[in-house]
Amino acid sequence: MIVLTPIKKFQFPIQAENINPDVFQGKSVKEIASLPVWEGNKKKKLGDLFKIEEASAEAPDITINGDASEVRRVGLGMKTGEIVINGNAGMHLGEKMRGGKIVVNGNAAGWTGSSMKKGLIEIHGDASDYLASPYRGSTEGMRGGKIVVDGNVGSDSGCYLRGGVIIIKGNSGPFLGFHISKGAIYVEKNVAARLGANMAGGKIVVSGVVEDLMPTFTVDGVKGKVKVDETLKVDGPFYVFLGDLAEMGRGKLFISKLSNPHLSLYEQFL
Amino acid sequence: MTEILIKNGFVFDPLNGINGEKMDIAIRDGKIVKSINDRNAKKIDATGLTVMPGAVDIHTHIAGGEVNTGRMIRPEDHIKDAVRKTALTRSGTGYSIPSTFVTGYRYSKMGYTTVMNPSMAPLGAKHTHEELNDIPLLDKASYPLLGDWWFVLEYLQKGDLEGCARHVAWMLETTKGYAIKIVNPGGLESWGFGRNVHTIDDPVPNFDITPREIVCGLAKVNKMLNLPHSIHLHTNNLGIPGNYVTTLETMKALESVATDGKPVCHITHLQFSSFAGDSWGNMRSAAEEISKYINNHSHMTFDMGQIIFTDTTTMTADGPFEFTLYQLSGHKWVNSDVETETSGGIIPMHYKRTSAVNATQWSIGLELALLVKDPWKMFMTTDHPNAGPFFKYPKIIAWLTSKKARMATLKKCHKKAQKKSLLPSIKRELSLYELAIVTRAGQAKVLGLKDKGHLDVGADADVAIYNINPEKLDIARKYITARRAFDSAAYTIKGGEVVVKDGEVVQHVDGKTMWLDVEASEEVKVDEEMKRKFKEYWTVEYENYPVFDHYVKISDPITVKASV
Repeated sequence: MIVLTPIKKFQFPIQAENINPDVFQGKSVKEIASLPVWEGNKKKKLGDLFKIEEASAEAPDITINGDASEVRRVGLGMKTGEIVINGNAGMHLGEKMRGGKIVVNGNAAGWTGSSMKKGLIEIHGDASDYLASPYRGSTEGMRGGKIVVDGNVGSDSGCYLRGGVIIIKGNSGPFLGFHISKGAIYVEKNVAARLGANMAGGKIVVSGVVEDLMPTFTVDGVKGKVKVDETLKVDGPFYVFLGDLAEMGRGKLFISKLSNPHLSLYEQFL
Repeated sequence: MTEILIKNGFVFDPLNGINGEKMDIAIRDGKIVKSINDRNAKKIDATGLTVMPGAVDIHTHIAGGEVNTGRMIRPEDHIKDAVRKTALTRSGTGYSIPSTFVTGYRYSKMGYTTVMNPSMAPLGAKHTHEELNDIPLLDKASYPLLGDWWFVLEYLQKGDLEGCARHVAWMLETTKGYAIKIVNPGGLESWGFGRNVHTIDDPVPNFDITPREIVCGLAKVNKMLNLPHSIHLHTNNLGIPGNYVTTLETMKALESVATDGKPVCHITHLQFSSFAGDSWGNMRSAAEEISKYINNHSHMTFDMGQIIFTDTTTMTADGPFEFTLYQLSGHKWVNSDVETETSGGIIPMHYKRTSAVNATQWSIGLELALLVKDPWKMFMTTDHPNAGPFFKYPKIIAWLTSKKARMATLKKCHKKAQKKSLLPSIKRELSLYELAIVTRAGQAKVLGLKDKGHLDVGADADVAIYNINPEKLDIARKYITARRAFDSAAYTIKGGEVVVKDGEVVQHVDGKTMWLDVEASEEVKVDEEMKRKFKEYWTVEYENYPVFDHYVKISDPITVKASV
């Protein structure tokens, strides 16, 4: 079980897809120290940038102690094991992840959990933009697994979601759940504009205020309780909206009735 | 310049009838020569290796407006295939639409030395040539789109073939083009008004003319101008079930133009024009009907447009067809209308084995290539990137040369497509000699490239050497070994310089851009009427329209004497 500590404040982005339990498995500290990473446009060894120590067997597979906000692609495509980051995490954390667990005791940067398929990511701070969203231009969104964010998330989160669950305990930026077709997103607090734009399926549940609702959604009813996933049921009541009609969508928005008195005008259409 | 002696290789040179003979090839000053002084020459020991002329690609979209727009809308395509720079080569990206340098490197790695960019909107000619300049290691040329060009339509409407011929000659020089490209004749003009043509006798809006008249007219013009290549045609109704009827009608219509036994038309990416059935549900292969016609006639040539199962990007001047694809896939779509000239469209496309339609398309391409008996008529392409990226050619080589290889792929295809496929009944496996025809000799011959595609004295010293010993390796059985050998050539020699060794680029050489300088008895007069039209209908003034000489880095004009 390995503990990594950055030996300096990184000035350049580090491409570190090799910080990955699958890669570390069965390797000695010396072997791990010689794994290649890129610092800016220079090829370096992991040992040049991090102090590498062995910890007790009960500790997580990989622990990073310190600021890793410039360290990108940690846990790329990981299948098993656990990574704990005690500090801020860099971009593309847990990209294309296929299993295991990542815990961030700090904030996460953009594209965390991008295109993930399975596994769990817990962020105890804020997450930046593009949480769980695919790379620009791609439609290969998150397919499964779970992401829990204790803080707020930026814009364009959960784009092209095709399965899995995202739970956001703070606020969300605009374009949450753009073009989703399956899966569920739950936001405990408020959501900025263009919620669920282009959605074709799946559900988004909001307990807080929805700044403004796209005109391409139609009201379908009011529901008392909503099931987000097997482990989470949220009390309402919720307005139920269907859309995005511009995409002939069959997605569902559940928006808290009590937090959103400005949406009461939709009740006349029920 | 260096002198090179390639010793003792098994030479396959179909244009000179050489089939696997052990020979030496001598090179001096970028040309093949009879013999050279042994002592000064750099020697390449090709014992146990296959030596072929450098490969030629007759149809590959590598430069121009649509290619660049394709790159722009697909960042996700590039991130999965980033190419780092080396001491010699420049960085870039792949995948389905590689950047210019990567295009050159990857082609050269497979032993290709000449490629043809088949669709250049005349208005985008300057841009196309700027991009072609940046593609290293290859000789290139480009075909301007003239099938829906207003001037051509007007001339044909009036029945003034001579006037049309002179105008086309002027256009080829103005755009620095190599052949007449026709895409969905009449359809692109209709698309400007939101319509399309559905048979070759549908009228084109605003012009009293039909696709049949456009194709036959331009085929006649092509003959009058004595152009080295025939007209290069993308048929009407491309990519629509049941379109093989249109394809057959087009071929029949051109019978009357062919009088001297020479091919008068090249139908490109034939696979997309050979669908039977009347909906996507019952779409099936028309390879039998089409190949039967081809085997009985000799006025046409073709290339495959073979599907590769991968994520790629379709791009064509056939705007209405791209709209059909958009309606089917719902993927991001680019549509454009190039003023009075042509249209265009781009859509990403993932061809999947598990899709009955895609798997049938895959089967059609191979059926056509194998059922057409004469390899001089049917060439290997993917219509890069429409049916798959060009660097997957070794896969097609394996499918063509090995029944085992195609059955292995067919087994993984959709059940419905497997049932309908003719492939299990086809025994034919191409030999190395036939392969040399479909990948270089035939293409060079049809393109009228006299110095390419063969290794006779005086030919350009473009040579590809592959790590295949025809005496020891049975390519039909060991198709994976053969595929690897074609994937990275042991040597590629371009213009007398070794540019690739063991699949790695070892030298940077710029290729030439070939274009036609057609000498007609009477030049087109750029009169006030023509200038007025440019002023009225184009965003570009006439003075800024032509591709000036300095746009072409290494210019290789080919002079053609026209008979008008």
